[in-house]
Amino acid sequence: MLLLNKIKIVQGAFSLKAHFEVDASQKIAIVGPSGAGKSTLVGAICGFIDLRAGQLMLAGRDITNVQPDVRDMAMLFQDNNLFPHLTIAQNVGLGIRPVMRLARDEIEQVHQALQRVGLTNFGARKPSELSGGQQSRAALARALVQSKSWMILDEPFAALGPALRSEMLDLVAEVANETKAGVMMVTHSPDDARRIADSVVFVADGVAQGPQATAGLLDNPPPALKAYLG
Amino acid sequence: MARSAKQINNAPGIAAATFVVVAVLLAFVGIGLRVDALSGLGPAEWQAIRFTILQSLLSAFLSCALAVPVARALARRRFWGRTFLITLLGAPFILPVIVAMLGLLAIFGRSGVFNDILAMLGIAKISIYGLQGVVLAHVFFNLPLAIRLLVQGWQGVPAERFRLSAQLGIGPGMMFRLIELPLLLRILPGAFALIFVICLTSFAVALTLGGGPRATTIELAIYQAFRFDFNLGRAGLLSLVQLFVAGGAALLAFCLVPSISFGGGMDRMQCRWDGQQGRGAKILDNAFICVAAVFLILPLLAILTSGLRGLVEVPLIVWSSAWTSLWVALLSVLVLLGVALPMAGWIASSGNGRMEIIGLLGLSISPLMIGTGWFILIYPYANPADWALLVTIAVNAMMALPFALRILVPSIRDTIQAYGRLSSALGISGFAMWRCVLLLRSRPQIGFAAGLTAALSVGDLGVIALFGDPDRSTLPLQMYRLMGSYRTDAAAGAALILLLLAFGLFWIMDYWGRRNAIAQ
Amino acid sequence: MKYSTFAAGVLTASSAFAESPILTVYAGDYFTSEWGPGPVIEKGFEEICECDLQFSTGDLVPRLLLENKRTKADIVIGLTSDVTNKARSTELFAPHGQDNGALTLPIEWTDETFLPFNYGHTAFIYNETTMGTPPASFDALLAMPDDVQIVIQDPRTSLSGLALILWVDAVYGEKSADVWAQLAPKILTVTKDWSSSYGLFTDGEADMVLSYTTSPAYHMFAEDDFTKKAAIFSEGHYFMVETVGKIARTDQPELADAFMSYVMSEDFQTVIPTANWSLPSALPTDQWPEGWAQLPLPEKVLFYSEEKSTAVQESAIETWRAALSK
Repeated sequence: MLLLNKIKIVQGAFSLKAHFEVDASQKIAIVGPSGAGKSTLVGAICGFIDLRAGQLMLAGRDITNVQPDVRDMAMLFQDNNLFPHLTIAQNVGLGIRPVMRLARDEIEQVHQALQRVGLTNFGARKPSELSGGQQSRAALARALVQSKSWMILDEPFAALGPALRSEMLDLVAEVANETKAGVMMVTHSPDDARRIADSVVFVADGVAQGPQATAGLLDNPPPALKAYLG
Repeated sequence: MARSAKQINNAPGIAAATFVVVAVLLAFVGIGLRVDALSGLGPAEWQAIRFTILQSLLSAFLSCALAVPVARALARRRFWGRTFLITLLGAPFILPVIVAMLGLLAIFGRSGVFNDILAMLGIAKISIYGLQGVVLAHVFFNLPLAIRLLVQGWQGVPAERFRLSAQLGIGPGMMFRLIELPLLLRILPGAFALIFVICLTSFAVALTLGGGPRATTIELAIYQAFRFDFNLGRAGLLSLVQLFVAGGAALLAFCLVPSISFGGGMDRMQCRWDGQQGRGAKILDNAFICVAAVFLILPLLAILTSGLRGLVEVPLIVWSSAWTSLWVALLSVLVLLGVALPMAGWIASSGNGRMEIIGLLGLSISPLMIGTGWFILIYPYANPADWALLVTIAVNAMMALPFALRILVPSIRDTIQAYGRLSSALGISGFAMWRCVLLLRSRPQIGFAAGLTAALSVGDLGVIALFGDPDRSTLPLQMYRLMGSYRTDAAAGAALILLLLAFGLFWIMDYWGRRNAIAQ
Repeated sequence: MKYSTFAAGVLTASSAFAESPILTVYAGDYFTSEWGPGPVIEKGFEEICECDLQFSTGDLVPRLLLENKRTKADIVIGLTSDVTNKARSTELFAPHGQDNGALTLPIEWTDETFLPFNYGHTAFIYNETTMGTPPASFDALLAMPDDVQIVIQDPRTSLSGLALILWVDAVYGEKSADVWAQLAPKILTVTKDWSSSYGLFTDGEADMVLSYTTSPAYHMFAEDDFTKKAAIFSEGHYFMVETVGKIARTDQPELADAFMSYVMSEDFQTVIPTANWSLPSALPTDQWPEGWAQLPLPEKVLFYSEEKSTAVQESAIETWRAALSK
């Protein structure tokens, strides 16, 4: 379980408060208007932004001041998810260990992860040779081998077309189900939320509100959310 | 970034910087031990200080200003021989001073090609001797370096930015404000400081091309104080003045460097989308490239031709001393990388770029003073001739350090800013960060820096004045010996060998760095 | 602390045999170059002394001043007359023990500590093909048109440059300032050392260069080039001499004395002209190598004693600097 215990994030004039908890293996969509602080929230959860106040707890452990890589979270950003100078296999391999050469069984792991996301023979290629969708899959393969209990996504599929995006979301959901990982996903699109999220966290006016069941919330949105959804 | 998230362990970098500072301090301590009396500075010395600052400012300013249009032209045009020309830009810088000077005079001197052409056209001859000569020579040495640093910076801008600009139909003026100006602000101040310091410590070139004692520099005064008057106090004092001037200029320059970065890209082949339009721009670009190329290549050709003539007369020992120079250079590169990489990492990951000034320390103090200071410290305990090798390598590395930092810091900073978050997320830090990310992404810069160091080491006389070892001699030493015994042809031949060796090393390392780097 | 660890590629010519006694000779850098007098002298002396002569190259006087009592030198060779003053002040030298009367210098040498082993004079060298009528006197040089361009060395960084200053002072004394003012427009530029100047001359950039009366000898005998000549002035030329000295606290006194005698010997002296391109200090003209006796040399020789040179140096240099800085 991931607990945001009365956290407050301050960046310049902007501040954001949150206090809620999410159960393990849940899929949460984080929605809200532009500039509301969705990426900020996620950044704080991942460990790239300091908390002004409050605590973060994961499975009973206080991770407020813990480094991003030991928070038991796998992250996919909006861009720069892959190192352009490394091959896809090397990029995925970094999720197992931060080295350039892996042991044989680890290489096998990488291979299987690539297969799982549909990039079977792409290991030797460089990211620049892949399309946007394929790059996203590669990043997902890495998250797969990382096997963390949470996957945090900050709109990594924003640049993809609708069909492709749906495909990727389904893949994320499948992978999460297989690994029993929870998913926290920032998205602009309520359809994405409906597609795979169990609950929705709505961020607006400096507050990130606790997760509420997706269908219920989106069918009967409160005024602020209604204004956003249109 | 969360407080405790640090990509690189800063300790090696700080240790390296401390090593440099201590080395310089030791030299001053050594000198201080033997100072008898401390005299003040006379009017002649103040005049020297004024002239030194003036010519350095002018030279650095012109080098940087002229470098901009040429670098932009080179960055956005593609033509046959482009890569070779860019590599050749490293050449004037690595020439030994006396060789370059004779080459320059062969073209621009009283009886040079340029004046011959003017005479043919019926125009009065131009005298190079004076402030104009000093600046011309310094620009000749440093303009290529400035161009190269800028081209590198230009190519560091991700291709995606240009793609975006093209798509938005951004014109050249706007392109300048959005992309090019921030780039210039990132690179030029550091380049200016570096070139300023190089010109500050100039001596023989300033005197000869300056036409006489009006063109006395601080370095000449130090040389005179030490080798002729044996007045260590005055020499030490002048060295301190030199250090302060250099440090002051560097501090000013580096305060201007913003920590702007361009974010990451996909390392795609760069296609400049603004360059295609406008025949006028194209002609202008080509004109800049041609003029710069001619200015830089002609003196090199003069050296080449006189060198070829003298090649047959080169005695055998020159070849064996070339071998000595070669491996001394390689060792110097290793030491340099061992110091520069950690330091560059530290400077790049700390928000404060001003630490780069520490790199300039070794260059701001004349090797004469460093050698003397260390000699005084070593002599009571060991035979200096035994230490000659180590001292030479250390001094070579220290001389090359500011260049290496200027080359490495921007690229490492860019990488950290673009991929720092991803690395942090994957738990890549410390040694793994270097191994998996930084070294690979900075390979072109490492190659360039290593090549420069090797070339500079080959051409450098080092500290042999006091640490002479009669059994081992380097190539430039043999060249000077030939020059000092009337054998000017053979000396020219040795100079050519030196140039080829230095340039060859430079090209090999530079090529290694650039190979497989897609965005070139 | 020998660098045997860097064995790869290191030329280890230095003797590892500790059997024969070692005579350490501090010499200027040019001296020990392959084509300089060093190798021949080393071979010659080692044959008669059964010892190992080892050169230590580098700056002479600075090193002595810094090393002082701990110096390892037994012999110091290459001290020019302008620095013997400073060398003497180290109080490291012993009397040379040789007979000054046996010297064949154009001046009388009375110094008992420093023994000359070669000499020359300053002179302006010109190219016969570009200068039809060279000046025959210093006054004639001053009277030459300003389009004749000369290159000289800086007296603050070059011994030959310093010699020129003293030369002007010796010829003109009080009028030196005017002389420099007259000479200034003809001076193309000033270089840090002799090599650069000479390079400018041989490249044709300058019409005349301040060098030595023996410079044409190199071109004649080594290059078969008879176009470069020295302009001999009726007022006389400044005498330049290089000396050798013995360190008092040497641990090889017999060897050191033997070396000093060797310097005066015919073996050593006959090597000097062709290896050092200067004139031998203790060899009668009829024993000079072929052609050397016919070399045009000045009749009148000017020379400042150590005291006079030291007394005059600073003001002479300042006069020069002021005149050329206008």
